Amino acid sequence: MARAAVRGRLTGRLAWQVATVAGVREETATARTIVLTAPGFAGNLAGQHLDVRLTAEDGYTAERSYSIASAPGEPLEITVQRLDEGEVSPYLAGELRPGDELEVRGPIGGYFVWDAADAASPLLLAAGGSGIVPFRSILRHRAQLPGTAAPARLLYSARSADDVIYRSELDRGEPGLAVTYALTRRQPPGWTGHAGRVDDALLGQVAWPAGQDPLAFVCGPTSFVEAVAAGLTGLGYRPARVKTERYGGTGGR
Amino acid sequence: MSPVSRGFHGRRRAEDAAPGRVPPGQYVTEDFPVLSAGPTPHVALADWTFSVRQGGEELRSWTWDELRALPAEEITADIHCVTRWSKLDTSWRGVPVEALLEAAGREAGYLLAFCDGGYTTNLPAADVTDGQAWLAYEYDGEPLEPEHGGPARLLVPHLYFWKSAKWVRGLELLDTDEPGFWETYGYHMYGDPWREQRYAGD
Amino acid sequence: MAAVDGNAIGGLLHEVFGAEMTAAAARCGSCGMTGPVASMVVYRQGPGVVARCRRCSGILMVIVTVRGMNCVDLRGLARLDTTATAGQPAGEGTTW
Repeated sequence: MARAAVRGRLTGRLAWQVATVAGVREETATARTIVLTAPGFAGNLAGQHLDVRLTAEDGYTAERSYSIASAPGEPLEITVQRLDEGEVSPYLAGELRPGDELEVRGPIGGYFVWDAADAASPLLLAAGGSGIVPFRSILRHRAQLPGTAAPARLLYSARSADDVIYRSELDRGEPGLAVTYALTRRQPPGWTGHAGRVDDALLGQVAWPAGQDPLAFVCGPTSFVEAVAAGLTGLGYRPARVKTERYGGTGGR
Repeated sequence: MSPVSRGFHGRRRAEDAAPGRVPPGQYVTEDFPVLSAGPTPHVALADWTFSVRQGGEELRSWTWDELRALPAEEITADIHCVTRWSKLDTSWRGVPVEALLEAAGREAGYLLAFCDGGYTTNLPAADVTDGQAWLAYEYDGEPLEPEHGGPARLLVPHLYFWKSAKWVRGLELLDTDEPGFWETYGYHMYGDPWREQRYAGD
Repeated sequence: MAAVDGNAIGGLLHEVFGAEMTAAAARCGSCGMTGPVASMVVYRQGPGVVARCRRCSGILMVIVTVRGMNCVDLRGLARLDTTATAGQPAGEGTTW
């Protein structure tokens, strides 16, 4: 049943449409959630993304993709991490105001998606930086479902505590969800959690044993995703059970 | 009609930067963006060769040491990428392509550069003579890094930078102009940034 | 700049094929490996999009957009199967 509903959302024409900024919410000093009103938007699955297009007065256009932070049925939200050298993110995470219009296309994606049919498998979510965004959608959708999903673990790598997006939501906790942070550059005084990048040792501690047939999602910079996916393969995870979404960045392949 | 995004300007416009030095539609960058169509090839210098070929025959080839023994030049050039960034006053060191073709001893109207990783790009032979093109192996005073095309790449600054083939391993002499990799998919056969020849038909 | 993966061109592929494609199963014409389009190694900073096999780096797809028109080369694919169920590739799904 769930699969049929899923398939229905993945076919059909995908057109650019105008969305209006209904509100903004500063998540960290450099990341902002943008709430959008898009009358033609058909709703999204957890894990999908939105393409966003900007047009300057001289006709110049720039396009980027942003993961959807909202769960199915919730008002459409994306979270944008400002990249200092970026062309689009400083605008979206800075200048953009409620009432402004954006062109959006979506929702996009049928692979990097979590739905009710996946709820029976122990879930591992590994996020590097802004890779946490689609996992907010997934975790909120998981909490929407009736019944009890199999337990989930979130491994979230961020530069510092100040860079953790959705911190208060994650701190509120959720039944059946354990969160582990890796703070790679700066740690607060008295930090007893992992300092430095996610390594195979940390992964080995946090990941579900492969024998439990877990499902893993890994999202973030390409170098982060490649390292974690390789680590999970080393722990015995079957490739078809490790879903990846690479955001690019420097380094990596 | 797409609505205009209030307050969005995109990259800094060329007019602000260096009037007269920036071709239409370009913006100036201080970075040196790394753009690729595939993974960075790695070749040991001991295995590296550059060859000039024609009709299935190798006319002349050079090992790395032989290339480095050839008279080389310092080049300062503005470079223009079809993805709209331009970088001014880049400095290189390399061997004029003209010298390599002379050593091969044959003439042809057109060239097809071929590279590690399979990339190709085409050029008229007339565009690699008279101080227009080099086989470059140093950038900014240092050995050319692999991600920027090292050990050696073509440098043809008067054309869009996709013609300055990275990881180049040789030139094929041809009688007709044959489209290389991007040209096959609709990019311009010649690629003059000053006439904004980005796509076929421009 | 690092490569991304097939997820990043999901919108473009939907525009080209008229349907969601990231979950479709693709077989590499060079080495025979099968996996979801989402797992292809995608280079897109240059003049066009090049999607390569994660195992052998062979080119699977090239998409160039010129004057609003997409030119698509799929010659590198031995097979492209869109009957995959969302989230689960229909092919052998080996070492992507």
